[in-house]
Amino acid sequence: MLRTTSRGKPIVYLDTAASAQKPQAVLDAMTRFYETSNANIHRGVYQASEQATLAYDGARETLASFLGGVAPEEIVFVRGTTEAINLVAQSFLRPTLRPDDWVLVTEMEHHANIVPWQLAGARTVPVPVTDGGELDLDAARRLLSEGPRLLAVVHASNTLGTINPIAELAAMARNAGVPVLVDGAQAVGHLAVDLTTLGADFYCFSGHKLFGPTGVGVLWGRRELLEAMPPWQGGGDMIDHVSFERTTFAPVPHKFEAGTPDIAGVIGLDAAVHWLGAQDRTAIAAHEETLWRAGRELLDAVGGVVRLAVPDRNVGILTFTVDGAHPHDVASLLDQDGICVRAGHHCTQPLHRRLGLPATVRASIAPYTALADLEALAAGLRRVRQVFA
Amino acid sequence: MATMDELYQSVIIEHDRSPRNFRRLEAPTHQADGRNPLCGDEVHLELRVDEEGRIAEVGFQGRGCAVSKASASMMTTALGGRTLPEALELADRFQALLTGKREADASLGKLKVFQGLAAYPMRVKCATMPWHALREALRIEL
Repeated sequence: MLRTTSRGKPIVYLDTAASAQKPQAVLDAMTRFYETSNANIHRGVYQASEQATLAYDGARETLASFLGGVAPEEIVFVRGTTEAINLVAQSFLRPTLRPDDWVLVTEMEHHANIVPWQLAGARTVPVPVTDGGELDLDAARRLLSEGPRLLAVVHASNTLGTINPIAELAAMARNAGVPVLVDGAQAVGHLAVDLTTLGADFYCFSGHKLFGPTGVGVLWGRRELLEAMPPWQGGGDMIDHVSFERTTFAPVPHKFEAGTPDIAGVIGLDAAVHWLGAQDRTAIAAHEETLWRAGRELLDAVGGVVRLAVPDRNVGILTFTVDGAHPHDVASLLDQDGICVRAGHHCTQPLHRRLGLPATVRASIAPYTALADLEALAAGLRRVRQVFA
Repeated sequence: MATMDELYQSVIIEHDRSPRNFRRLEAPTHQADGRNPLCGDEVHLELRVDEEGRIAEVGFQGRGCAVSKASASMMTTALGGRTLPEALELADRFQALLTGKREADASLGKLKVFQGLAAYPMRVKCATMPWHALREALRIEL
């Protein structure tokens, strides 16, 4: 993909925050599965089904160890972050929801961490974001003491790149007796996440932002919480015993995985995590930080490019506006140079309202990003400025 | 095929800078709001239809990208003097042009510059959004 062209130009891919490109190992693992051991899991006794089952269950162990060594039974495979949050909203929150119950979210949440709570019947109340692009922790502490049912917070903002102090927030929440769900969609590709020490009760992310395939993601939950939750969807593979009078359910995590899952997707995600595990993650983080700082300087040197105010710890996101040009026009003109950036509200309309901007342009940095990509972005922005001059 | 740069430079930038009929009407007979939920662009459209059933005045307000603003601006100038069925027919022809279902012809007048956008499906909605608002407005008489 990164060797392809876009609009006739070599592609400059700066939209990893929307979806990451895939290492060859991921593509190979998925192809190999379909070519050599495609069969359904947990059903057949023949060799192919056995291999598929072993690979699928093996992925659960890979993910459990990737997340700091949690129990594999606490890993639920879902379609992505959105489905994970909806599962918690419908299965954890809704059955015990009382009128006037509310969920504490933040002003920087993705719509996927706002709307599912509202659909479950809860009000959402936000922790404010400061002018510097950080969560107002004093406000968070105060709001936590006012009795929310849950704190639902993003680990790293998809719009600002801000890395939130989850351990600190989780400690505050624990003191207030409030469970915590963390949206890790933007974090897991950049930060080492250890769920044994983070203090969260639920953590979720999508495979495709972690260099894996689309259509697969992970919900991690503390076992006692998952065990107490009713199943969300019924079907095959999630039951213990079925009769027309009464059905009993399989233990966690299977009771949350009704129907045939995305087996190839899970195998691809397993390969992505193995690939990431073989990299020097410290070196990748240093590479991304160097590029992020260089990118800030390059953007500032263009003139007329206004970056959003963000703290210094960041997952490699550069979000900005261009004087006199709407973000969609900026992105369309950059696209003419083969430069892929995101323009719009990035599914964070409340944050954009807070910032007083209808839309912004976002470039995001990945392990495969090079300085030349950011130089191309700066050159492209100079051209945009000329078109709008 | 016009590139995006040419499209912008030929007409879009000019209408973005000095949009025609970017105002509210004193006595509109029809109005509607157009919205693109994907990007948050918004347009408020007002029309005054005279006793003979012809569009006498069109005004729009809103915020959005240069493409949506230029499209709204050019739409307001294209509608003057048309009957409502004629306006709706023009909307259909414009939609067909942008979705590649129809070649540009003289009946579209200046609007045919938007044909180049048909090669960029992600941006077609920016240009058609004001026309959707027009359809909505013509359904709802004040």
